[in-house]
Amino acid sequence: MSELIRLDKLTRFFDMGRGKRVHAVDGVSFSIAEGETLGLVGESGSGKSTLGKTLLGLYDKTAGSVMYKGEELPAHYRPRDFLRMANVMQMIFQDPYASLNPRMTVGEIIAEGLRLKPDMQAGDARARVTAALERVGLHAAHASRYPHEFSGGQRQRIGIARALIMEPEFVVCDEPISALDASVQAQVVNLLNDLKTSMGLTMLFIAHDLSMVRYISDRMAVMYLGSVMEIGKAADVYFQPRHPYTQILIASNPEPDPGREKQRLSTPIQGEIPSPVNVPAGCRFASRCPQVMPVCREKTPQLLPLVNEERLVACHLYTEPVTSAAS
Amino acid sequence: MTALLEVSNLHVEFDTYGGIVKALRGVDFYVDAGQTLAIVGESGSGKSVAMQSVTGLIPMPPGRITAGSAKLRGKEFLGQRRLDGKTICGDEIGMIFQDAMSSLNPTMRIGDQIAETLEVHRGYSRAKAFNRAIELLELVRIPEAARRARQYPFEFSGGMLQRVMIATAIACKPSLLIADEPTTALDVTIQAQILDLLQSLQKETGMAIVLITHDLSVVARMADRVAVMYAGQIVESGSVEDIFYRSAHPYTLGLKLAMPSHSGGEDHRLRPIPGSPPDMFSPPAGCAYCERCDRAMRVCQSDNPPIFNVDKGHLSRCWQQHPQHTAPSDGLYKSTPAQIVEVSV
Repeated sequence: MSELIRLDKLTRFFDMGRGKRVHAVDGVSFSIAEGETLGLVGESGSGKSTLGKTLLGLYDKTAGSVMYKGEELPAHYRPRDFLRMANVMQMIFQDPYASLNPRMTVGEIIAEGLRLKPDMQAGDARARVTAALERVGLHAAHASRYPHEFSGGQRQRIGIARALIMEPEFVVCDEPISALDASVQAQVVNLLNDLKTSMGLTMLFIAHDLSMVRYISDRMAVMYLGSVMEIGKAADVYFQPRHPYTQILIASNPEPDPGREKQRLSTPIQGEIPSPVNVPAGCRFASRCPQVMPVCREKTPQLLPLVNEERLVACHLYTEPVTSAAS
Repeated sequence: MTALLEVSNLHVEFDTYGGIVKALRGVDFYVDAGQTLAIVGESGSGKSVAMQSVTGLIPMPPGRITAGSAKLRGKEFLGQRRLDGKTICGDEIGMIFQDAMSSLNPTMRIGDQIAETLEVHRGYSRAKAFNRAIELLELVRIPEAARRARQYPFEFSGGMLQRVMIATAIACKPSLLIADEPTTALDVTIQAQILDLLQSLQKETGMAIVLITHDLSVVARMADRVAVMYAGQIVESGSVEDIFYRSAHPYTLGLKLAMPSHSGGEDHRLRPIPGSPPDMFSPPAGCAYCERCDRAMRVCQSDNPPIFNVDKGHLSRCWQQHPQHTAPSDGLYKSTPAQIVEVSV
């Protein structure tokens, strides 16, 4: 499998004035292979969505780069960059109620992207809308209706059809199932999985539902305060987490099994994610980490491969000689 | 032993421009003192309406309770504000909601909002109530409670606001706490903290909890008993083990199969429930789930199933449980001496 997307120290800060800066995404590097689904998890405020939007050029890059098939994409997108990249990269949004214009028909919403294609005939566009609707399990007749006539799950299908009509290679799914009921979540996840196979899509799947991300992803990355803490095969990261933060995140995730839940120990972590404004030196997780060592407060751990494992972890436990504080 | 709260045959309708929505169509459940009952269901199934009509929080009109009863320790109180000199809502039953930010007053200090409950229900003086509010903030594990009591909601995070809501709800030591999706808007780490807090408060105070949620994992973590709601009716109820290990209704089973497996090994393909819930303006004559059910029979189309007693305390509203129906294969639980409890109309 060849590499489709590579992020190199991708960084996005937001200026708040008076010298304050939100470190939303801070030096993130990873690559996504063609046809792969990379899951991205983390608490709210960890920078998952900002990463997705910066990757697509919806936010300017503060530093670092995004490579697409070996070509570096501009730090600041101009209109012609959007025109070109819309054919390659698309996004599916979280809120199926807010992300569809209530004054446009479903057909207009889905066809809007086709206007970017120079030689598109009206009849041809109609045929493609019909095909897109059928691909996501809706009917051609739905094109003349308005978004309010659809349920949450159907609206999410419309959002998927809008993204896929451009026949992109790469799709960022930003929490596409969070707003849906459990039985409908499974419908949308299966649809995305089928489309991935039939269209050869590469996906960045952002969500906070760990079990669902584990299910849909080939690899999984865990973010905390703008940095990737651990990245590896989804099943490895989920079932044998190595980074203390990943371990806590997985331990906090309840399972639909009362027998196992009864044996669960009490709260795995106290406190909350700190503010991403003016992040202190050292490991970002040091303030909450149960295995914190003195070095963690001084030196920022690098994302490094573990010996004999296909995964990267940013934690001094695996690189520094373990001091007594950790045991 | 009489249950702490017993609700039976509750029917609720809402008048809308589109017609009458039959939100609840005969709901029965009970909660014992000190226990946790989880009410699970998808959006629109009526789980919130059930608890809000019991506590008198649904707006009437357009809402209307057309039939039913609700008893607290054996005494009928449905439609009343007070019982034995205590207000139902606040004194006897505390309530917390999903969105803590919009449930609190943004222009009032946190401590004053908690204190208000005590001033109204207990007749405390302002100063006494404020001091008690600080104690309550400590009880819900908010650090530096005295300082935090003087802050406003915008200075709190979502998890901290949910703790404030809990403090307000338990201020008058209610015997029942209704938690309506208390952790839906929170991250898993914060969710674990809030669920833990609810459990330890329950141990300390002996209050019962009704947990309304759509998340089966949260149910598995918290519940002693579970009621599964679908289209305004409870379709299955029983102990948490009954519901998870011996599902006796196809909808409950369907919800479980729609989730990814949590153990290692080969993944099964998710089996979503096809279609969507019925239109509540004109609920079907037969079983509300039969359109989406892969085991639907002819009788399911025409007659709403009665409630069958599958095992002791384990009820299911499904024709598959009829004594004369042969035991279903593939995963649906059925004990042979099932009996009809209630014949629905």
